[in-house]
Amino acid sequence: MNSKPYVREVSKTTWFLSHPRYKRYMAREVTCIFIFAYTFLLIWGLGALANGPEAFSGFVESLRSPLGVLFSLAVLVVTVYHSLSWFIVTPQAMPIQRGEEFVPGNIIVNAHYGAWAVVSLIILFWGM
Amino acid sequence: MAKSNKPIFWGLFAAGGTVTAFVTPALALITLFAAFGAGMDMFTYESIHAFAAWWLGKLIIFGVILVSLWHAAHRLRVTVHDFGVRADKQVAIVVYSLAGLGTLLTLIYLLRIW
Repeated sequence: MNSKPYVREVSKTTWFLSHPRYKRYMAREVTCIFIFAYTFLLIWGLGALANGPEAFSGFVESLRSPLGVLFSLAVLVVTVYHSLSWFIVTPQAMPIQRGEEFVPGNIIVNAHYGAWAVVSLIILFWGM
Repeated sequence: MAKSNKPIFWGLFAAGGTVTAFVTPALALITLFAAFGAGMDMFTYESIHAFAAWWLGKLIIFGVILVSLWHAAHRLRVTVHDFGVRADKQVAIVVYSLAGLGTLLTLIYLLRIW
């Protein structure tokens, strides 16, 4: 028996750079930082709402600052990527069987895109 | 068979992923609209306040924030590990404490809006 087993060197910090699939996995993972931060932005806005109209306009003023715009824009881009990557795997995550056959993946994915569009429009029109 | 509470937590985690996938981009679009002042009558203090004062509005706001927060917190814990930080216990304490604090603040703020 070999007393010195082969150990493959894997970097703990840069391992995901070695394969495109790992990079995509990591890109998807990193989106959670933005979602986490954005949820706290919503909580901040909710606090401003509870503190009255003046506090709320102060909150909107912060959203208007260059940093606020940049943050909202970054969250938009990153969460759209997160949503797309989420919906694309739904046929694997929850395959639907009809009789002997499985429902084709693209139908499931497109149904999610459709529902996503409807939900987004409802949210956007609610405030009009 | 041994009982496990894992399915409940995984269910909530999946709910968080689904909610963030469906809802967060539209919400980011709203804050972006607010930033550019597009449609000055959209998302005024009065309309958002009225929504948050309504019991169902409160429930929706609380539900969306709750599952987004805990879903992202759990994923953040895994992401930190993926970046090579091997201090899971400390990381877990930090991210779950932040999520707990966020949940508490959300409850307090919602209860103050009538």
